[in-house]
Amino acid sequence: MSFEPGQRVRVSAREHRGHHRTPGYLKGRVGTVERCQGSFTNPETRAYGDSGLPKQALYLVRFENGHPVSADIYEHWLEEAE
Amino acid sequence: MEGGVHDTGGRPTTEPIDRTEHELAEWELLTDALVGALSRTGVMNVDELRRGIESMPPDEYRSASYYERWLYSAETILTEKGVLEPGELEARL
Amino acid sequence: MSHDHDGHDHPHEPVGRDGEPPAAARARALEELLVEKGVITRETVREGIDWLVSRTPADGARLVARAWVDPAFKARLLENAREAALELGLNPGEAPVVAAVENTGEVHHLVVCTLCSCYPRALLGPPPDWYKSLPYRSRAVSDPRGVLAEFGVELDPDVEVHVLDSTADIRYLVIPQRPEGTEGMPEEDLAALVTRDSMIGVARASSPAAAAA
Repeated sequence: MSFEPGQRVRVSAREHRGHHRTPGYLKGRVGTVERCQGSFTNPETRAYGDSGLPKQALYLVRFENGHPVSADIYEHWLEEAE
Repeated sequence: MEGGVHDTGGRPTTEPIDRTEHELAEWELLTDALVGALSRTGVMNVDELRRGIESMPPDEYRSASYYERWLYSAETILTEKGVLEPGELEARL
Repeated sequence: MSHDHDGHDHPHEPVGRDGEPPAAARARALEELLVEKGVITRETVREGIDWLVSRTPADGARLVARAWVDPAFKARLLENAREAALELGLNPGEAPVVAAVENTGEVHHLVVCTLCSCYPRALLGPPPDWYKSLPYRSRAVSDPRGVLAEFGVELDPDVEVHVLDSTADIRYLVIPQRPEGTEGMPEEDLAALVTRDSMIGVARASSPAAAAA
């Protein structure tokens, strides 16, 4: 599914043993979508020699840590949050 | 907050940030350019480079310099792909 | 040969020729092998080295200086940094995407890559060692004010410190606030105030008095 700026999203806390670009400190956290950054090849498959297609949507998501931290998170790591 | 050794965000540390800078040595520029060339020719992409770096044993990762990690990754990935034979690089040293 | 370690850890390696680490010989041997096997050419390697050594923060500084004097350009820079760089005849890099963010009186941005060391090299040159270091990567997201204080930057408590973690293929460049006392300064003099560190977010741009000192 795709997300809109302003939407609240939760980062999956699932375990992923291979290469992936979702940092541990953000897994399970809820944030707010700032914008969609476009679509990019999937690093999780490209890291193992695959083409990385189909491209995945990437979202800049803002989290509150006492101070805001924004990170670029792939769509398949995000789900809607309340 | 477990995760690979490379997954450093938010890890508690009391280590101060060492602001000493160094100009890149010739071998570091070379390593950078080798990885770039491998990417251009489609032999090893940046995601594979990162995966290779992340596969370093944690102690080695922590004590290695930035380009030592790149080199480790290139050797690992190229050997995995059969571009390098095991031991072939050592024989050259 | 002894080194002054200043009390902190450095990786300790047996030294090869001229004090190089073992990795140096490995890199050269790797190049030899790959060229022999026809996997890469020396020329491509040469081009890569030439490109890397040509990269300088002066390019990023030009973007910032133009943004300071031209609000419409600043808007374009914030919208699409790649296009804005091309507008000035700069090389934003082939890939990945570069994006600019603006520091104001209300928000101060700080850029990090916690997972590796992603950095807008095409516009700033290679990143400094500290940017790639484990303590910076760990602490920038959990204690940005502490990191800024370590770099000598004190911010008012009501200024928001916003950390950007470059977790994917977007590289971030900070447009620092324009310093006081720079009205009417020519653009190239303004660019000289824009330091690499100010475009990462660990420093403010230099003031004209400090720069002249």
